[in-house]
Amino acid sequence: MSASRWRNRGHPAYWAFLVHRLSGLALALFLPLHFVALARALRGAAALDAFLAWTRSPWVVASEIALVFALAAHLTGGLRLLLVEFVGWKSEGQKALLAVAGGVAAFCAIAFALNVV
Amino acid sequence: MSARAETRLWLLQRTSAAALAVCVAVHLATIIGAVRSGLSAAAILGRTNGSLGWAAFYAAFVLAVSIHAPIGLRGIAAEWLGWRGRAADAVFALIGIALLALGAYAIAAVTR
Amino acid sequence: MNGTLSVAVWRGGADGGYRTYSVPRRESQTVLDVVTYIQRRLDPTLAYRFACRVGMCGSCAMTVNGLPRWTCRTHVADAAPDDRLEVGPLAHLPIVRDLVTDMRSFFDKWARARGAFKGTATRRDDFARVEPGSPARRAVDAAIECIGCGVCYAACDVVAWNPGYLGPAALNRAWTLVNDSRDGARAQRLAAVAGDAGCHACHTLASCTERCPKHLSPTAAIAGLKRATAVGLLRGEW
Repeated sequence: MSASRWRNRGHPAYWAFLVHRLSGLALALFLPLHFVALARALRGAAALDAFLAWTRSPWVVASEIALVFALAAHLTGGLRLLLVEFVGWKSEGQKALLAVAGGVAAFCAIAFALNVV
Repeated sequence: MSARAETRLWLLQRTSAAALAVCVAVHLATIIGAVRSGLSAAAILGRTNGSLGWAAFYAAFVLAVSIHAPIGLRGIAAEWLGWRGRAADAVFALIGIALLALGAYAIAAVTR
Repeated sequence: MNGTLSVAVWRGGADGGYRTYSVPRRESQTVLDVVTYIQRRLDPTLAYRFACRVGMCGSCAMTVNGLPRWTCRTHVADAAPDDRLEVGPLAHLPIVRDLVTDMRSFFDKWARARGAFKGTATRRDDFARVEPGSPARRAVDAAIECIGCGVCYAACDVVAWNPGYLGPAALNRAWTLVNDSRDGARAQRLAAVAGDAGCHACHTLASCTERCPKHLSPTAAIAGLKRATAVGLLRGEW
């Protein structure tokens, strides 16, 4: 794909789509791991604690922050889509809507990061 | 898939999305609250063990995501991998069932 | 105005390539002026389309520096601030030759979306009364000015990813008819625009709305079709 083709994609709604799709993909891939990790609790609290100790390693923490952002971004982006599809698209409000969505998602990620780092 | 079936799939996707909006908001608040007071098995299980309320919440959560995620993945596979048709539809339906089963297992584990 | 433009123009079919020409810069020059200069002065074998050259017909739509646009309304000063232009045929359509595309699939999809009015009245009936301020008529008015230039179709990535996708223009036209109280083919049209080839394939990328030279919003029209098909299905209308 030539560089000039990307110029057609350099607008906010396109980035919103990309974030929404990629965050959804990441969450879908993460989910089975999440369920399996929680199922460890079946072997007792100690088994879960052992797993949680592993999650303190730096790259896991970084991934978790990214996942929290992905979850929040997918939520806020999804709410925007529900608005567009059920209430309607009005060109004037779109950029503001995206700014709010991005802001809330970033807030969640930061709130999480501050408490886990 | 017929136009009617695709429309029903779209409705399922948006309905599950609306349910997930609530579940995810609660989940995010729970996560951020949990890491603030230190994450440990005792803290998690203390909240969820024996709780019918949490079991019901997570059951709804798992059901909604088991519908929502496979439909989304199906779209990505069709558009970015060119994978469409009955076989693909069957695989994604199975993924939904697998998520449901794994999720139920996880709920059972933490709400005993 | 002095200076020279370096213009890379697509030559040949799908397996062709860009050939570079030097074109003198002029005041208020448009990309269509540039292409015309090349064909008249440098290379008479260059094939391209235009008609009105004043921004009314949409025939001159091409890809300019990666963006689908009307070349008669694209000033070189805006499109090529560094004196370099890349001009190619409209995307997502088979290339006939050079800058000319085969638009049959674009218009076939228009027909498949039932983008044609189906009358129900006869000459013996009174005129239909359509309230111009009604929400339905305002929805039609907002979308009716489409001239079928193909820019939105070329801009939409879903058209590239989903070969059967009817595309923004066809769906936008169908939307104007869904809201037309005089139309008699509602059930067939809702069936035609629903599904993976229709409105449900739209992911609100909004490249169509971003690029439309008439400032229409197929994104809004397609969102409307999603509502209409869903409600219609639940009500047993189609």
